[in-house]
Amino acid sequence: MTVPGTQGPAAVTDGDRLDGVVTERSIIVCCGSGGVGKTTIAAVTALEGAGRGRKTVVVTIDPARRLADALGLAGLSNTPSRIEGDWPGELWATMLDTRSTFDALVAKYAGSPEQAQRILANRFYRNIAGALSGTQEYMAMEKLYELHEETDFDLVVVDTPPTRHALDFLDAPRRLSRFLEHRLFRVLMAPSRGIVRAVNVAAQAFLRTVSKVVGGDVVDDAMAFFQAFEGMEEGFRQRAARVNELLAAPETAFVLVASPRRDTVAEAQFFADRLGEAGIAVQGLVVNRVHPSFGAGLGEAAAERARTLEGTDLGGLYRNLADYRTVSAKELAHLGGLADAVAPAPVVWVPFLSTDVHDIAGMGGLAAHLFSR
Amino acid sequence: MAGKGGVGKTTVSAALAHAAALAGLSTLIVEVEGRTGLPAMFGQGELTYDEVVLSPGGGPGGAADVRARTLTADAALLEYLRDHGLSRLSKRLVSSGALDVVATAAPGIKDILLLGKVKQLERAGTADLIVLDAPAAGHAIAFLQSARSLLDTVSVGPINAQARDVLELLEDHRRCQVMLVTIPEETPVNEAVETAFSLEDRVGVGLGPIVVNGVVTDVPGLDADPVAAAEEVGVALRPGEGEALAAAASFRRGRMALQAEQIGRLGAQLPLPQLRLPFLFTTDIGPRDLDVLAGALLAEIDALAGLPL
Repeated sequence: MTVPGTQGPAAVTDGDRLDGVVTERSIIVCCGSGGVGKTTIAAVTALEGAGRGRKTVVVTIDPARRLADALGLAGLSNTPSRIEGDWPGELWATMLDTRSTFDALVAKYAGSPEQAQRILANRFYRNIAGALSGTQEYMAMEKLYELHEETDFDLVVVDTPPTRHALDFLDAPRRLSRFLEHRLFRVLMAPSRGIVRAVNVAAQAFLRTVSKVVGGDVVDDAMAFFQAFEGMEEGFRQRAARVNELLAAPETAFVLVASPRRDTVAEAQFFADRLGEAGIAVQGLVVNRVHPSFGAGLGEAAAERARTLEGTDLGGLYRNLADYRTVSAKELAHLGGLADAVAPAPVVWVPFLSTDVHDIAGMGGLAAHLFSR
Repeated sequence: MAGKGGVGKTTVSAALAHAAALAGLSTLIVEVEGRTGLPAMFGQGELTYDEVVLSPGGGPGGAADVRARTLTADAALLEYLRDHGLSRLSKRLVSSGALDVVATAAPGIKDILLLGKVKQLERAGTADLIVLDAPAAGHAIAFLQSARSLLDTVSVGPINAQARDVLELLEDHRRCQVMLVTIPEETPVNEAVETAFSLEDRVGVGLGPIVVNGVVTDVPGLDADPVAAAEEVGVALRPGEGEALAAAASFRRGRMALQAEQIGRLGAQLPLPQLRLPFLFTTDIGPRDLDVLAGALLAEIDALAGLPL
C-alpha cells in the first residue's frame, strides 16, 4: 500500500524484514508493554509461518473477541485447534489457560495421584493458580516449553501477558520456584529438635500474629498447601531452569513490539537492556502504529505557511501537513535510539491501519509490512 | 482512572489533576504501578512513596497545587502495622517475603492495603481531590473488587475492618467515582464498554463521565482541493506539495471518519456522558500539552454541566 506523497521511514528495505526469524527459529516470543498490538503481531507472525510451509502454533493470552473468533478460539481451550486455510503449512492456535496449565504441571510432578489431588483441592493452591502475580507469565513460558518439547510443531509463537512491565515473565519461573520453597514454611515444618526447635518456636509466635491480622483459616490453608507440596519443589525448580534455558537458546527469537511514544519506547529500551543482561539478543523490532511521513523534504515550510496563510483553506491544509510532519519527526527521533539498541536486528514499521485487524484477510494485510513478498 | 493499556490513562490522570488545580482544588495523584511517565509530564523527576509537588499552584488565577506519590503494598503494610503498634512484626513480614505468602493466601490483600491507604488519605483531607491512576483495565476490576472478595476470605481482624471501610468508600458515589479512559478505536471501545458494566455490576462503584482520548480534531479547509486553494490566495505550490497536502488531508479525514464511527458506537452502547480530549501531535506530553488537555477537559465539563444528567 503506498499513499501518494508519502514516504516511509528510510530504515526500511526488503532485506530488513522479519523473514529470517519466521523461517529459521522454532520459538518466537512477542513482547512489549500493554496496548502496542502484541497479540495481533503474534497472530500475523504465526500465519506467516504457516504460509512458509511450517507447522505453526500461536499461543495467545487475551485476544480481542473478533480476533479470537477469527482464530477459532471461541471457547477457552488449553489444547491447540487447527485453523483451516489456503496455506502450505499448518496454522494452529490456543488461548493460554493459566489454571489448567498449572494443574497439568502439578499432576506431572506429584509423587502420586493422591498428592496431586490434595494440592489441586487446596484453596491456597487455587489462589496461586488464579491470582498470584507472575503465575500467568510463568504459565505462558511453561506452555511454550511444553508445545516445543512435547509436540511436533516446527514453530511456536507466543504472545506475552499485558503487564505494565513487559519483562516480568523472564523472572516469573524463578520467582515462583522461590515462592514454593518458602523458607518460613520450611522452618515451620522442620522437625522440632535442638536449635531448629528454637527457631520453630519463634516462627510459631510469628505465625500466631499473622493469624490475628488475616485470620486463622487463611494461615491453615497456606500451611496445608506447603505440606502437600513437600517433595515437589525440586521438580518445579528443574523445570523452571529448563524453561529459562530454552528462552536463551539460539532457536528462540524475541521480537519486541513497541509504539512510537516516549513511554513505550522507554519500556522497550529497558526490556532490550534486560534481555541483553540475560544473554538474549532481540531478533526483531516491530514499531506499530507509525504516522505516515507526508511531504518529506518540505522541511519547516509547512508550519511557516500554516502561520502566514492562517484563516484560508490553504492555510488549513498546511496546518494539517505541519501537524503530521511534527508527529512523524518526533516518532522517528524516539525510534532511532531504539533501532540502534537492537541493531543488527531488523526493524519494521507498521503504519496506522484503517481498521482493526480481526480476520485472516486483515492479518494478511498486516503481514505485508512485516515480511517481504 | 481506569482503562486499557495504551489509551493514555496516565496522561488523562495528569490532565484531570491539572484541570482540578486550575479550578482551585488541591489535587493528589496516586500511582500504584511503579515507573510511569507522570512526573515527566509536569517536567519533574521520579515519584517516591512520600509526596512530591508536581506543580506548586499560585499564579494569577489562584491555581491550587498538584502533588503525587507512588504507593506500594509493602510500604503501605509497614506503615499500617507501625500505626497499629506492630512495627516489629511488620519488618519481619516484609523482609521474610511472608507478605507474598499472606497475599496469596488472601488474594486482594495487597490491593486492599493500597486502597486502604487511599481511603486514609481521603479521610485525612490530604487533598480536595485524589486521582488514583489504577492498574490497566482487566486488572482494575480485580483491584476494585478486592474489598468484596476479601470480606469472604478474611472474616475478622484489621484486614476485615480495612476491607469494610474501602467498600464503604467505593460504594459512596459522592466520595468516589471511577472514570474510564478509552480511545475511539474498535478494541478499546469494546473493552471500555465491558469494563464499565463489570465495574457497575461487580464492584458497585459509581461511574463518572468516560474520557475519550486522542480525538483527531477538524481543521478548516481540510476538504479543499490544494491546487484550487492555492490559486485562491495566489500562492505557488512547489512540485509534489499539492500531492502531499492532499494525502495528509485525506489521512486526517480518514482517521476522523473512523473515530466518529467508534465514538457513535460507544455512545450507543454505553449511556455515559463523554469528555473528548484532542489528539496532540506529539509523542511526549509535557507541561504545555497538559495546559491544552486541561483546558479541553474544563471546556467539556462545562458543556456537560448544561446537560440534564
